Amino acid sequence: MIALLRSEWTKFRTVRGWIAGSIVAVLLTAGVGLLGAAGTVRSCEGPQGNVCPEIPIGPGGQAVTDRFSFYHRALPGDGSITAKVAGVSGVITYPPPGHDQIVPGVVPWAKVGVMVKRDLTQGSAYTAVMVTGDHGTRVQDDFVNDLAAGGDPWLRLSRTGDVLTGETSPDGTSWRVVATTRLAGPAVVGLFAASPCDVTLGQGSLGGVIGACRLTNVTGRFEHVTVEGAAGTWTHDDVGGEPGAPSLSVGAARDWGSAIQLTGSGDIAPAGIDGGAVIERTLSGATIGLIAVIVVGVLFVTAEYRRGLIRSTLAASPGRTGVLPAKAAVVAAVTFAGGLVAAAIAVPVGLRLMRDRNNAIAPVTALTEVRVIVGTAALLAVTAVLALAMGALFRRSAAAVIATIMLVLLPQLLATASVIPAPAAEWLLRVTPAAGFAIQQSIPEYPQVEDYSVPALGYYPLPPLGGFAVTCLYAAAALGAAIVLLRRRDA
Amino acid sequence: MTFTVRPGVVTGFVGPNGAGKSTTMRIVVGLDRPDEGSALVGGAAYRTLKRPLTHVGALLDASALQPSRTGRDHLLWLARSQGLGPRRVDEVLGLVGLGPAARRKAGGYSLGMRQRLGIAAALLGDPPVLLFDEPFNGLDPEGIVWIRGLLRSLADGGRAVLVSSHLMSELQDVAGHLIVAGRGRVVADRDVEGLIAAASDGRVSLRTTAREDAMEALARAGATVTVTGTDALTVSGLTAAGTVAALTAAGVPFAEVSAHRATLEEAYMELTRESVEFR
Repeated sequence: MIALLRSEWTKFRTVRGWIAGSIVAVLLTAGVGLLGAAGTVRSCEGPQGNVCPEIPIGPGGQAVTDRFSFYHRALPGDGSITAKVAGVSGVITYPPPGHDQIVPGVVPWAKVGVMVKRDLTQGSAYTAVMVTGDHGTRVQDDFVNDLAAGGDPWLRLSRTGDVLTGETSPDGTSWRVVATTRLAGPAVVGLFAASPCDVTLGQGSLGGVIGACRLTNVTGRFEHVTVEGAAGTWTHDDVGGEPGAPSLSVGAARDWGSAIQLTGSGDIAPAGIDGGAVIERTLSGATIGLIAVIVVGVLFVTAEYRRGLIRSTLAASPGRTGVLPAKAAVVAAVTFAGGLVAAAIAVPVGLRLMRDRNNAIAPVTALTEVRVIVGTAALLAVTAVLALAMGALFRRSAAAVIATIMLVLLPQLLATASVIPAPAAEWLLRVTPAAGFAIQQSIPEYPQVEDYSVPALGYYPLPPLGGFAVTCLYAAAALGAAIVLLRRRDA
Repeated sequence: MTFTVRPGVVTGFVGPNGAGKSTTMRIVVGLDRPDEGSALVGGAAYRTLKRPLTHVGALLDASALQPSRTGRDHLLWLARSQGLGPRRVDEVLGLVGLGPAARRKAGGYSLGMRQRLGIAAALLGDPPVLLFDEPFNGLDPEGIVWIRGLLRSLADGGRAVLVSSHLMSELQDVAGHLIVAGRGRVVADRDVEGLIAAASDGRVSLRTTAREDAMEALARAGATVTVTGTDALTVSGLTAAGTVAALTAAGVPFAEVSAHRATLEEAYMELTRESVEFR
């Protein structure tokens, strides 16, 4: 096998066109993204000049939305808050189909409940037990964690030491622990209300996705509110509120002693695509670089058929089984190395270019950034193997190149250019080798967020490694079939 | 088709186009599968050989080259597949006289240079068995002479050399043994000396101005005489010496007496008269 690998590597490196094609793939992969980054300028002209608003960052490092109505007291140490949500109502502005009325209604992820939060700054740590519009009672903390907790209306959140315990109850007497979290030090405790905007996605008549986000608010009616261990007086704040906001989004609290009514708008959740440009924007060239990768992968085997050279190859390796794996290993290694260079340049340099142009970048962990870079290189490499296998199956360059592009690139373009409806696009990105592009998605989709989670906006239906595995399966199946056929067919 | 190629001799493998020469060679090196039967190399199936080019070297299609790769690199990947290095590549390049052109792209090679490169590839593993399919194709006379010399020296070195050709004249003076194929079968399998002797059949050519006298004298000596020209006769039933003695005894003048030696081509035509498919 070592001899075969050296032989195939010698073949690859001694044809100038293939080396050139690999370099072109690197240049396209890195260059297109960098050009795009250099051309992306954000401008936020306002009364204070060109100053873009800061996007709050949650305890986990993600960009978050943290805007809600909060009726609260100080919580210096141990303590608890208990409340019964006696009623939830709300307002939705201009919903479909007529988009011409303000109607009563509660959106699915409107939330009212009890909360302990570090302080009133956006993005600070918190834990909350809440009743939602359509998703029952839940315990959420630190923006990304979400646990379903049935549908009970009684909520309790208590702190002992630095351990927070979220409980629910159907009647206020028998309590069930749903989750425990940690929050040490001085904090605030209180009631909150938040209502994200009402999202609809439409299909443009000329393709493209039209997203609409309509202002809503929610009003929660709390009864039997008891707080222990709190200090100070009840205060109302709109966390993250902006001066001059529309009146419907301004929160309010009415306290009758026996009951408290709290109105609010906004959301407490990961920001998704509102959290800034995603880092994979800098790798948009990968789809174009992929064309060069596919051509090189196909030619590496079809050129031998075209020239009759395959007979020399098979006469030298009459066992035949190892020939295609050796070729695949060579083409995968070359493509992976090139893809790694391209991505490792495009991402950091592209992000720098975009930041210099006033763009906010959705923050991700170093691990995610490495996954996106290495994953892109791996996706290119696996596609090269798929192309090679297609070349061996078809034995003709043009047919194999077209077939591979149809398998990998066409679904990706159709799905992300939003020329087809979102459900069809998601289906394509599950069952075709284009699923592997999911490895580039840096911001995950959270179920507790009603977002524009469609492929056109960068959300893939499969998780990163799951999608990549689909592409790997295609490559492995094609290579396996090609090996079997190579053994069976006369050369 | 069953035949044996012995070491130390160049075995010619001849037959009309389509007789199955190339197919036979492709089956030997495992490229085609025989409908039935098997081809063994040194007792083993080619497909099971670990470093096959050290067992059998084959020139099957000299034009099978990646045009943008140099001749040397073409040999280098072949060498690598057999665990051989660049030193052996340079050795065989010297053997076939391609040294100076080896670092040029193979796409620019002439037919003769491609044949030389193909032969170099066959010699790469220094195998004891060599198969050459139509190595004379497209060669100039100088190249033909060179290949003949090379084939002879390879056989003299103790290798078994099988050379296919559809033109008998190319194998004249080279092949020591001949396999004649026709319609996918072995028509003849014999050594070249015997073949020519059989075709020559002990006949004697005679030139004489006194044709009638000569015929009479030779008939008396018991020979059969055929007229082949105004002053030429072919005599059978008598050796050359016997012919001379008979003519001298009868006092008939003659210009030339020689034992008739058939060319390899004539011998071959004789053998394949019945199996010719495509002409």
